[in-house]
Amino acid sequence: MRRRKLKNTLSTVILGFALLVTALFLITFLVHMFYKGSMVLSWEFLTSVPRNSMTEGGIWPALVGTFLLTVLAVAFALPLGVMTAIWLTHYGKPAWLISILRVAINSLAGTPSIIFGLFGMAVFVNIMGMDVSVLAGGLTLAILALPVIINNTEEAIRTVPHEFTEASLALGATTRQTITRVVLPTALPNILTGAILSIGRVAGETAPIMFTAATFYSRKLPTSLTDEVMALPYHIYALMTEGTHPDKQVPIAYGTALVLLLMVLLVSATAIYLRYLFRRKKQW
Amino acid sequence: MVKPQLQTRKLNLWFGKNHVLHDVDLSVYSQKVTAMIGPSGCGKSTLLRCFNRMNDLIPETRITGDVLLGDEDIYKNGSDVSRIRAAVGMVFQKPNPFPKSIFNNVAYGLQIQGKIRRSELEERVEQSLKAAWLWEEVKDRLNQSAMSLSGGQQQRLCIARALANRPKVLLLDEPTSALDPQSTAKVEELCLELKKSVTILIVTHNVAQAGRISDYTAFMYLGDLVEFDKTEKMFTVPADKRTEAYLTGVFG
Amino acid sequence: MKTLKEKLFQYITYLAALFTILCMLAIIFGIFREGLPLFRVVSLKQFIFTNNWYPTHAEPAFGALALIVGSLAVTLGALLIAVPLGLGSAIFISEIAGSKLREAIKPIIELLAGIPSVVYGLFGMAFLAPLVRQWFNLDTGLNVFSASIILGVMIVPIISSLSEDALSSVPSNIREASMALGATRSETIFRAVVPAARNGILCSVLLGFGRAVGETMVVLMVAGGAANIPTSIFEPTRPITSTIAAEMGETVVGDLHYQSLFALAILLFLITLATNLIAELVFSNRRR
Repeated sequence: MRRRKLKNTLSTVILGFALLVTALFLITFLVHMFYKGSMVLSWEFLTSVPRNSMTEGGIWPALVGTFLLTVLAVAFALPLGVMTAIWLTHYGKPAWLISILRVAINSLAGTPSIIFGLFGMAVFVNIMGMDVSVLAGGLTLAILALPVIINNTEEAIRTVPHEFTEASLALGATTRQTITRVVLPTALPNILTGAILSIGRVAGETAPIMFTAATFYSRKLPTSLTDEVMALPYHIYALMTEGTHPDKQVPIAYGTALVLLLMVLLVSATAIYLRYLFRRKKQW
Repeated sequence: MVKPQLQTRKLNLWFGKNHVLHDVDLSVYSQKVTAMIGPSGCGKSTLLRCFNRMNDLIPETRITGDVLLGDEDIYKNGSDVSRIRAAVGMVFQKPNPFPKSIFNNVAYGLQIQGKIRRSELEERVEQSLKAAWLWEEVKDRLNQSAMSLSGGQQQRLCIARALANRPKVLLLDEPTSALDPQSTAKVEELCLELKKSVTILIVTHNVAQAGRISDYTAFMYLGDLVEFDKTEKMFTVPADKRTEAYLTGVFG
Repeated sequence: MKTLKEKLFQYITYLAALFTILCMLAIIFGIFREGLPLFRVVSLKQFIFTNNWYPTHAEPAFGALALIVGSLAVTLGALLIAVPLGLGSAIFISEIAGSKLREAIKPIIELLAGIPSVVYGLFGMAFLAPLVRQWFNLDTGLNVFSASIILGVMIVPIISSLSEDALSSVPSNIREASMALGATRSETIFRAVVPAARNGILCSVLLGFGRAVGETMVVLMVAGGAANIPTSIFEPTRPITSTIAAEMGETVVGDLHYQSLFALAILLFLITLATNLIAELVFSNRRR
C-alpha cells in the first residue's frame, strides 16, 4: 500500500512537471520576446518606412501589407465558408456529396501552409497571371482560412437549438427565411468570434505569402491590389536570413516579431473573451 | 352533421421501417377543443405534427392516406407548405420563443409573409398579445428580450406568435407540461376563450386536463386511434376496454 | 417569386459547397501539374531513395532521401518532446487540476496555438541556437536538436488540447468505478481513463505529427539547412519544407528544379493526407 501511495504521488508530480516545463519554456519565450522587442518598439517604429537598406526605420509598410492581406483573405473566405456551412447543415444532399465535402475540408485543414503557397504561386501568380500581389496572397490565405471558418460556422449553427428552427418553420417560414432570420442571427456571435480567431491565424502565416504576395523591401505603400507588399511575418524572416547587417537588423526583427505577436494575441484574446461573454449571456 | 375543420382518412405513417400510425380516421370540429390522450409513444404527437406537415422535417418519413384542412388535401403534390403552416398554428411542449424582442417574436410570422405596413404590424401584434392575455403584462416592454419572460408568459407568447398569423387551427403539443400549476390554469382558461375563434387540437398527458377543457377526446394506443367521442361521453362510458383502463389509470 | 428566392438561396449555398471542394481539387491539380513532369526525368525510386540533392549542378540530381530523413528526424524529435509534455499537461489539467485552473488554462492553450511560427523561428534562431552551441560546444546551434525543441514546443498546444478533450469526454462513471474498487488516482488515470481515451490521444499525436512535418518557418530558420543525412542530432539538416521555401526563389518557372520542388510538395501533401485520413479513421472508430 505504501508503494502504491508513493507511486501515486510520484506520478502526480511527474504530470505536474510536464505542465511546469511547458509553462516555463513558454514564459521564457514570451519574456524574451517582450524584452528584446520592447527595446526598439516606439511610435516611430510603427509609423515610419524602413531606411538604409532596412537597418533603420520602421515597419509601416509591413503593417499595412499584413492588414490588407488579412482583410482580403477574410473578405473572401467568410461568405464562402458561411454559405458552405449552411449547405452542410440545412440542405446537404446527396449524402455522398457531404462525404466528399467533409474529406475536402479536413484535407484542406491538414494541408501544410507551404503547399498553399506553392498552389497560389502556380495557379494565381503564374497560370492566372496575377503576378506577386496582394490579390494573389489574399486569395491564397483565403483558401487556408476556409476550412477553419467552415468548421467553426458549422459548429456555431449546430448549437442553435432545434426548437428555434422548429418554431420558425411551424409559423410558415421557409427554410431560407428560417436560416436568415433565426439561425444566422442566433449563431452570429459564435460565427464572428471564429472569424476573428481565423484572422489571428491568417495574419501570422509566412509560407503562403512568400511566393504570392510578399516582397523583401518596399518603401511605398501598395496602390492597387496587383502590387506586391511587405508583410510582418515575411519581414521578420527576411531580416533574420537575408539581411546584411545582423547587428542592426536582428533588433528590428525582434521589434517586428513583438508587434506581430501582440497583434495576434490581442485579436485572439478578444475573440476568446467575446466568446466567453456570449456564452455567459446566452439565454437559451 | 357539422363539417370537420380537420380530417384524416386512412392515415398511415412510417419512420423508416417503423409503422407509427395505423389507418387513423379522425375528425376535428370547428371551434371546439379536441384533446388527444394516450400513453407515451402512442403516436399522438406524431399525428398532431401531420396536420402542419412538421413530420416532413424528419428524414425517411412516409405517409399514405389523406389529411384535409377544410376541403384541401394538405399533402397534395405542389401544395405550399409555408401557407399551410401559417394557417395551422402550433405551440410546442417547451416554450420556444426566439432570442429576439417580445415584439419581434409576435411579428415574425407576419414579416415572413412579405412586406407589411408598420402601423398594421403594430396593430396585429397588439391584437395577438391581447388574444393571448399577455398584453397587459408586456405592453411596456415590447422591446425587451422574450427570454426575460417567465415560463408561463413565454408559452402564452408562443400562442400569441401563432395567433398573429390568424390561423384556422391551433395545434398544442403538451403545452403545459413544462409549466407550474398556476401558469397551466391560465393556459387552460385561455384555450376555452380561444376556441370561440379558432379550432384547437391539444395533445396532453394529463387526463384531467383533457376532461377540463376539451369538447371531444381521441384516445390513441400503439399507433391506433382506439376511440373518439364527446369528452363527456368517453369519460363516463368509454366504449373500449383499453380506454377505460387508461382513464382509470391502469396504465399510463 | 417566393420559391424562386428559395431555390436561388439554396443554389448559392450549393455552389459555395462545390467551390470548397473545387479548392481542394485545384490544390491537388496545381501541385501535381507542376510536379509530376519531373518523373519523366527522374524515377520515383531515385527521387525517394537516393541521397544526392544537387538541383542546380550542371548535371542536376534529384535524390531527396536526405530531405525526407531530415523531415522525419525533426518531426520525430519534436514528437519526443511534445508527446510527454503535451500528454502530461493534458492529464494534469483534465484529471488533477481543479475546474478553476482548467478554465484558466484552456483559453491560454488556445492562444498559444495561434502564435505565428515565424516568431518561434526567430526565437530559435536568435535565442536557443546560440545557447545550444555554447552548451554542447558545437560549430552551429542550428541543427536537428534545436529545431526539434522549437517544433516540439510549437505542437504541445495541439496535442494537449486535443488530448484534454479526449480525456474529459471519458464518462465520469469509469473513474468512479475504478476508485470504488480501491484504485489510487494514478492507477485510475493510467489503467482506466487513459485507455478509454486512447483513440482521441492517438488522434492528437497524429495531428501533431501532421502539423510538425508540414511546418516550414521553424525548420527553415532553425534546422541549419545542409542537405545531408544527419548522423547525430547536433548536425544541421534540411527538411522537405525548408528545401521548398529556400530554393523556390532560385528557380525558373517550369524548369526541372521548379518541378522537383513541386514533386517534394506532392510527397509532403501525400504524407499529411495519409496522416489525416488515419486520424479520421481512428476518430470515427472512437465515435462508434
